[in-house]
Amino acid sequence: MEYVIIGNGTAAIACIEGIRSEDKTGSIALISSENRHCYGRPLISYKLLGKITADKMDYRPRGFYAENGVKTYLGHTVETINPSEKFVVLSGGEKIEYGKLLVATGSRPFVPPTEGLENVAYHTFMTYDDMEKLEKELSCEKSVLVIGAGLIGLKCVEGILHRVKSVTVVDMADRILPSILDKTGSEIISEELTKLGVKFILNDSVAKVEKDAATLKSGKRVPFDILVVAVGVRPNVELVKACGGEVNRGIVINAKCETSVKDIYAAGDCSEGYDMSAGGNRILAILPNAYFQGRCAGINMAGGVSSFVNAVPMNAIGFFGSHVLSAGSYEGEAIVEEKNGGNYRKLYVKDGKLSGYILINDFLRAGIYTSLIRNSTPLSEVDVELLKQKPQLLAFSEAVRAAKLARKV
Amino acid sequence: MKRIYVNENRCLGCRLCEWECAFANSGLDEMFKLKGRFGTEFSPRIKVEGEEKAGINFAVNCRHCTDAVCVQSCIAGALSKTDEGMVVIDRDKCVGCFTCVLVCPFGAIMPSADGKAAQKCMLCTDNLSGSPSCVSHCPNGAIVYEER
Repeated sequence: MEYVIIGNGTAAIACIEGIRSEDKTGSIALISSENRHCYGRPLISYKLLGKITADKMDYRPRGFYAENGVKTYLGHTVETINPSEKFVVLSGGEKIEYGKLLVATGSRPFVPPTEGLENVAYHTFMTYDDMEKLEKELSCEKSVLVIGAGLIGLKCVEGILHRVKSVTVVDMADRILPSILDKTGSEIISEELTKLGVKFILNDSVAKVEKDAATLKSGKRVPFDILVVAVGVRPNVELVKACGGEVNRGIVINAKCETSVKDIYAAGDCSEGYDMSAGGNRILAILPNAYFQGRCAGINMAGGVSSFVNAVPMNAIGFFGSHVLSAGSYEGEAIVEEKNGGNYRKLYVKDGKLSGYILINDFLRAGIYTSLIRNSTPLSEVDVELLKQKPQLLAFSEAVRAAKLARKV
Repeated sequence: MKRIYVNENRCLGCRLCEWECAFANSGLDEMFKLKGRFGTEFSPRIKVEGEEKAGINFAVNCRHCTDAVCVQSCIAGALSKTDEGMVVIDRDKCVGCFTCVLVCPFGAIMPSADGKAAQKCMLCTDNLSGSPSCVSHCPNGAIVYEER
């Protein structure tokens, strides 16, 4: 095979699209432990919520692999990579040679060592299988304990809240969604969720788990019928580590998405690339980033030229009709901080550039802000007062507007 | 592919394009029936920006970008590009997460009036107008539909 891709998530699909933008015919093999057509992984909570049906979860149409000439090995796991002879070995022993290899192995739920947890049938919430397993247990007589008030934990809560008796969320942080929200923003969303019946226990963590209850560090006892562990994820780095590739927290990649091993690329949640908003290497386990990296890798694997240099954290997430859009890093000076009921706007400026923002519910045209961050646009080139009011193209010069609106982009 | 382009110096900011857009995609038989329902039941996919007193106005709708960041960022595979290059949305697949709103550098994709999914300009291929209604009804040639 000219190209071998390990994984079947966003980065893997993006890699196929990247390769095919350069090379229409080169042979591609895709290997994935999950025996499923590619699906939008974040959609699992929307499936539980009833917002979409299973047939709408395909990330690409059913004919995608065939149309792109991809030979799939779904339900197969790569055991080892041999980088000197350039082949991978599947769990059944089959060898597949590669010219260029993409490792897009994603991440897996992190389950912290907890007393008693090994004897309890707990759930995680990352994959379609996880979702189906959880869905089978849902009933309006059951109480659910979710450990972790982050993005995954709370999307799970949104999916199941109307289908169970009660939901309690425990987190050791002092606020919910600490990775994307400041204190004020967290309060808005937690108030919203509390009104709908979610119980939050913050500044506390689970010390011990029994079959039907957890004991927290504070001594508090929380009974449950269903336990969901959603405290975070860990990148799947083992294959690259074992074959000598540089691994920090994630698989280290450069701007071309190359690992330290010749002809091996990595992209998505398993990888660690440069985050321009933080100014250092970082795992950015977000879906758009997985696409950007996977596509960049694919183009380079096929002999094209691509570099991905403007990675920033960014998130759009909704909970029961409330929406949080955020991007960048929350450093520097807050030039806007307005709370108006359930609406919230906060803009951060650092070194003469927009460094980050949080928008809750008042989020129309947020991408104009995001592009200022991703392009490192000096604020001296735009009308900051207009941008403080709302995202608008009027803040740019006439020449820049013409380039955006009067030319093909 | 033909796209919609802006002649900023010809735009008076009358917002007729917004009304025509909302009407073209409304399924209503007469435009006056939008009265009192504009923005709540029917919202346009084109947005007029500007300040009359400064004498600057222009309309913004989807640029149908060559490397469309919305398509690349969509978590559901609901946004895609046609072979010709038009960016299209499959409303039935959209879950309304608004990652597309988060990433569109033009602010040209937005929630539909019911807030349940995103909506965007599809050059009036998804209604009965035949060609972009905003362009055909602009009295001043402030937006044009052509190859560039």
